[in-house]
Amino acid sequence: MLTLNCPYCGVDADETDLHGEGEAHLKRFGPNSTDDEFHDYLFQRQNPKGVHFERWRHVYGCGKFFHAARCTATLEVFGTYLAQTLEPPQDIKDKITAKRPSWTWGNFS
Amino acid sequence: MDIGTTRRVSLFFAAHATKIHKTPLTFLKGFATMKRYSAFAVAREAMRHHTGWGRAWAKPTQPKKKYDAIIVGAGGHGLATAYYLGKNFGITNVAILEKGWLGGGNTGRNTTIIRSNYLQDPSAAIYEKSRSLYETMSQDLNYNVMFSPRGVIMLAQTQSEIRGYKRTAHANALQGVKTEWIEPARVKELVPIMNIDGPRYPVLGGLWQARGGTARHDAVAWGYARACSDMGMDVIQQCEVTGVRTSGGKVVGVDTTKGAIDCDKLGMVVAGHASVLAEKAGFRLPMESVALQALVSEPIKPCMDVVVMANTVHGYMSQSDKGEMVIGGGTDGYNNYTQRGSFHHIEETVRALVETFPMIGRLKMLRQWGGIVDVTGDRSPILSKTPVDGIFVNCGWGTGGFKAIPGSGWAMAELMAKGESPLTDEYNMFRFREGKFIDESVAAGVAH
Repeated sequence: MLTLNCPYCGVDADETDLHGEGEAHLKRFGPNSTDDEFHDYLFQRQNPKGVHFERWRHVYGCGKFFHAARCTATLEVFGTYLAQTLEPPQDIKDKITAKRPSWTWGNFS
Repeated sequence: MDIGTTRRVSLFFAAHATKIHKTPLTFLKGFATMKRYSAFAVAREAMRHHTGWGRAWAKPTQPKKKYDAIIVGAGGHGLATAYYLGKNFGITNVAILEKGWLGGGNTGRNTTIIRSNYLQDPSAAIYEKSRSLYETMSQDLNYNVMFSPRGVIMLAQTQSEIRGYKRTAHANALQGVKTEWIEPARVKELVPIMNIDGPRYPVLGGLWQARGGTARHDAVAWGYARACSDMGMDVIQQCEVTGVRTSGGKVVGVDTTKGAIDCDKLGMVVAGHASVLAEKAGFRLPMESVALQALVSEPIKPCMDVVVMANTVHGYMSQSDKGEMVIGGGTDGYNNYTQRGSFHHIEETVRALVETFPMIGRLKMLRQWGGIVDVTGDRSPILSKTPVDGIFVNCGWGTGGFKAIPGSGWAMAELMAKGESPLTDEYNMFRFREGKFIDESVAAGVAH
């Protein structure tokens, strides 16, 4: 069972206490955006086989949204971090680089 | 026994007669080992201790330098695409590349349910085409795929499901898909082992498709592979595509673990790995890959001769010819490529089914496995041209691809050969931009 540490309440939460909320760090587009931007924001997804960043919610715990960095090919968890950020913090990126030296994801690496 | 028998027998002989004329040609191509399967062949081999059975399909280890068309993915959909390219359009200089083994992905991992009781017209068209092709597949391929039109019930266990399924039954009547709404008493008559009184979700009726059913999933892949091989196509296993080569916005070939291969057209039919392959060709797809699990019980005596789907409580079950209860449930809620899913989904599924079928409560479960399904924004598939000229993509079948194999192959072959197909028009990958969804998941209350 997938276990993620909630960065807000510190609990190691089982996946039954959590709810996956999809791809993280989407740049949101709305009125006045181009069709391409809006389409990509709504539908296009990275869907990588490997390093992935996701939003999760500690739904049966503190209720807070947070971020997780995982590997979709092995189910390894690299770490979790707070929701109030536009990109993964450097320490998470360093942890991933130590294990997957050539990783890239969207504009991050 | 049923109304289709006479027609099938005549088709069998028609196919047999055609084959006799083709034999010298296949011999020249070097595929003389493939013999037709028939009652006579079984009797002949019984007389000589079964020493005369040849390989079912040729096993080339190295690809040729160039093909007219390359299909990536030797699962049901990929093989069916190749088969209909040859059969309907005479394109036989085709390679089907498979990184693992034939039919080893979702084709070998599903719960083999075949139905076409969809709400939206584009869905009904392609799924009913598919179901009807299953009716004669064993005869068409000369390979017993054990199609068993035993009937499929989708249980209504909430008021909204009653409304939804009645609506679907009316839609199906307009589409020419034979389904009907049945009352609880009829459900109980069809499935005596079902507890229709609840406690949580009493059975309030169901959507019944009498010509839905199951088929032998491996045999579908094997049958198509044998027929493709017989037409001179190369089914190449353990050959992973590592890159897609393009020139001036047009595909020119692929790089593989068995070397570079050139092609004029490329069909990507790789289900859960569609995003990964599309990235190699330089475009993205509106989909995500998640794990879907299934499990089977120990074999028991025949107790249920229809397929039952219960979407509210999220479980579906049928009994295989071996006697195992074949059970499927829901997908995991996060991206995953590992072909295994979370335990609590099995628990949820089994809990719901034990409530509906109390007698399975003491069954032992024998095997459990997962497959990676590709889910799009509207839960409907993508059969489409792509931003790269000459590349076509067939993916996004999500949790319901097995039933669609022949129809999907039929439509994809037409799309690849002619550049368009009435069956695929509305399934193009650009529909999301215009909001032209084929919205099955919400409208039909289908389990996902």
